[in-house]
Amino acid sequence: MGVSLQDNKKTFRAQFDNLTEIAAFILVFCHDASLDDSSCYHIEMAVDEACSNIIEHAYGGEGKGEIEICVEVNPGNVTIKLSDHGKSFNPDDIPDPDLETPLEERKNHGLGLFFIRKLMDQVFFTHGKDHSNILTLVKYRK
Amino acid sequence: MKLISSQFKYCDLVKVEGRIDSNTASQLGDALDNIIKEGRFKIVLDLEQVDFMSSAGLRVLINTQKACKRYNRGEVVLTAVPQNIYSALELAGFTTLFRILSDTLLAVGNF
Repeated sequence: MGVSLQDNKKTFRAQFDNLTEIAAFILVFCHDASLDDSSCYHIEMAVDEACSNIIEHAYGGEGKGEIEICVEVNPGNVTIKLSDHGKSFNPDDIPDPDLETPLEERKNHGLGLFFIRKLMDQVFFTHGKDHSNILTLVKYRK
Repeated sequence: MKLISSQFKYCDLVKVEGRIDSNTASQLGDALDNIIKEGRFKIVLDLEQVDFMSSAGLRVLINTQKACKRYNRGEVVLTAVPQNIYSALELAGFTTLFRILSDTLLAVGNF
């Protein structure tokens, strides 16, 4: 396991123009963990979707709060915890989109959470002691 | 994200570079909407230089495809799609909604 010189916890203002910096922060740990290219991309995508959802749905818009991101590189997995103080939601309450529907009827929302579920090995939602929402994303190291 | 658009006789080519995420997808959506507003519905979208595309980008693709295919006016064709992005399109069931070609110039020539 590589040792990163970077602190594994960082707080970002919840706005879309921070998504590139958030991806760069996460990818340092993915590369340290020697994850393959597709696993790194899966994590980048899941984190991007999760942060976009926090900005759009938990905070209801940009610049209304912060997202704290903590990355743990463990022997068997890489775990990312995203915390916010916005409106709480349980991902289990949101159904997967129907991917079989023809173009004209295809809904254009609900894909973000679908990707998070499909691309990560474990996804769970908890609350912190300070009433924060914590979304935990786990990717196994192959 | 950077966009380079070129207008050909039978179609428009839009080459995208960089990241298509919640921050940049609207810029891509606006560029594609402008082509449609000018009455042109055959669009080749070259994704070769795209490093990353989230569901925000996929939403733009599907909205544009719906607008172009309405009344059989045209379509959006995707070209030179990087492997990671192709996998995401496949996962979302988008590979049945778009023609995906490897060669951009051939796609432009085919319209």
